[in-house]
Amino acid sequence: MSEDLKILDEVTGGEYKWGFVSDFESDNAPKGLSEDIVRFISKKKNEPQWMLDWRLKAYRHWLTMEEPTWPNVHYPKIDFNEIIYYSAPKAKPQLNSLDELDPEIKATFDKLGISLEEQKRLSGVAVDAVIDSVSVKTTFRDELGKLGIIFCSFSEAVHEHPELIKKYLGSVVPMTDNFYAALNSAVFSDGSFCYIPKGVRCPMELSTYFRINSAGTGQFERTLIIADEGAYVSYLEGCTAPMRDENQLHAAVVEIYSHKDAQVKYSTVQNWYPGDKNGKGGIYNFVTKRGICAGENSKISWTQVETGSAITWKYPSVILKGNNSTGEFYSVAVTNNMQQADTGTKMIHIGKNTKSTIVSKGISGGKSNNSYRGLVKITKNAENARNYSQCDSLLLGDQCGAHTFPYLEVHNKSAKVEHEATTSKVGEDQIFYCNQRGISSEDAVGLIVNGFCKEVFNELPMEFAVEAQKLLAISLEGSVG
Amino acid sequence: MLEIRNLTASVEGKQILKGLNLKIGNGEVHAIMGPNGSGKSTLASVLAGREDYEVGGEVTYNGKNLLELSPEERAQAGMFLAFQYPVEIAGVSNATFLKQAVNSIRLANGKEKMDSKDFLKLMKEKMALVEMDKTMTQRSVNEGFSGGEKKRNEIFQMAMLEPKLCVLDETDSGLDIDALKIVSNGVNALRNNERSFIVITHYQRLLDYIVPDFVHVLYNGRIVKSGPKELAMELEEKGYDWIKEEVAA
Repeated sequence: MSEDLKILDEVTGGEYKWGFVSDFESDNAPKGLSEDIVRFISKKKNEPQWMLDWRLKAYRHWLTMEEPTWPNVHYPKIDFNEIIYYSAPKAKPQLNSLDELDPEIKATFDKLGISLEEQKRLSGVAVDAVIDSVSVKTTFRDELGKLGIIFCSFSEAVHEHPELIKKYLGSVVPMTDNFYAALNSAVFSDGSFCYIPKGVRCPMELSTYFRINSAGTGQFERTLIIADEGAYVSYLEGCTAPMRDENQLHAAVVEIYSHKDAQVKYSTVQNWYPGDKNGKGGIYNFVTKRGICAGENSKISWTQVETGSAITWKYPSVILKGNNSTGEFYSVAVTNNMQQADTGTKMIHIGKNTKSTIVSKGISGGKSNNSYRGLVKITKNAENARNYSQCDSLLLGDQCGAHTFPYLEVHNKSAKVEHEATTSKVGEDQIFYCNQRGISSEDAVGLIVNGFCKEVFNELPMEFAVEAQKLLAISLEGSVG
Repeated sequence: MLEIRNLTASVEGKQILKGLNLKIGNGEVHAIMGPNGSGKSTLASVLAGREDYEVGGEVTYNGKNLLELSPEERAQAGMFLAFQYPVEIAGVSNATFLKQAVNSIRLANGKEKMDSKDFLKLMKEKMALVEMDKTMTQRSVNEGFSGGEKKRNEIFQMAMLEPKLCVLDETDSGLDIDALKIVSNGVNALRNNERSFIVITHYQRLLDYIVPDFVHVLYNGRIVKSGPKELAMELEEKGYDWIKEEVAA
């Protein structure tokens, strides 16, 4: 069994039993949020004073902020004092046989293509596995270390690389950026840290696997990726959570800093628990992801496949500061049943000859609502900036909704901005045509949807693309007819 | 192979098929001709199982009650419809689509999925039948295809799925003479003692290339005249009016 496989087994297969919840003992903070809780978290992690001060500053700022109401999503007001802000497995979960797993969950995982057997194929991927508030294990550290690459949990980085954390933390997403980013800055628990030194091409995919396990907890992870001059890294992020009746909050922050000639490719397959058919339970996914192309010729590419969460509120963005820098956003967002998604991107053109591409594919089924929201901003000095946006929506059935909210701010006349949008329905004619060739309606929808998403799937690393396709099929089960 | 008894079909209260009878034996080619609006395409749709119609009567297909089967079950049982207007599916390559189709049919018939190597070999072989360029298999299903390419693609799919009963719905419409020859050659290559064909057409022209065993005239929802292949020539010469008069008399 390969190293990464073991980790995933520990995370997903370990002591998880009914309802796919681990029954290891957890060390929880008391419910609710206060300065004391922020101090509690910082103390648990033995953080230096500067880190605690940073958190407290963020917390005090958060107190002055209002929850945003502009997204096209609806949910009861969150009581931030009903949430547990820190939860960690007391001992590392023990590795046990997969047989202990709920067969239904196991079947789901098989369907997802992230079963043990399938996972074996993911060799050559370094994994950081995060359960609730702590990173449980990071693989391939030594091998990466030889190249000067740092890949570890955020908590470790605070102790081992304080100079990097001090320099970059909050440099892309300031603690005051928005309500959830401020909250995250105050109480973030763990996450991944990654630094690729000058001129190094990271030889393997780096990956973080997030899992919420404990009930009543929020997950607030923090990821920071730095690609120094001429560096390259491809980063993957996957997430799952157990099925629970109550809603759980996930408010993460991801920051990417790309120096001159550096390239960062960030791919997410988000599969948080979406709630049941009637909209009970599920994760509220309020995430701030942003990268800065700080140097010339740098590039950041976001690819996301969003199938989970009761509510998704997420706009992976790129600040194109360096001349000739490039930002890309490829997204598939699927909503089914009662799910709501308000997702898109922001491309902020500051440097000259900057280029951005946005390809967004929204698929809605059931009674779900899927909104694309994107901002393209060309600032005054961004000579010859170019943007191409394409937003396509696919409707399954007639009770779902698709909405597109493109925002354009152009302050330089030399800019070229193109926007295309389409909305289509999976046609009865298409399904009948497939049926006539012996293909069931369920498979026909799968084919049509995969065809619809092709441009985005092409951007995903191979293994991930296969996973994404299977995931899509599961998410859309029963969405037609 | 197929026996249709007193088949009726109506859509939105309008009756289109009004008691159609037809019997087709193994390996036979039956041409169905008729003026516009006589119900030719409705017959094809009803046989394939399109849900838009209210259907009555009986259809027995190799001992099975065809009308009780879902469209995919009919296809899995060896029935193929070459569409008059083939549907486009963006982003799905012809090869992917056909692989899913071939394997769905194989699985339904208790066979194993075909492996990729055999599948590619089969595609290559069948593409030659309709003189199809190999880039066509990588293009999205019917997307951006010319009228002729779409029809050729239908016959290519038919060849790939090796059905028992093939229904060709106005396959000749929109084809120039060269394309018509290619499509007809493809169909003829698939003729054998077991496989039966229903060739629906408006013009006699197609039947010069696909020579039928029987010709039927569909008029006002019923088959009003049947005969040998010469009947087609007669229709070409005299038009449909004399048939209408006969029916009226």
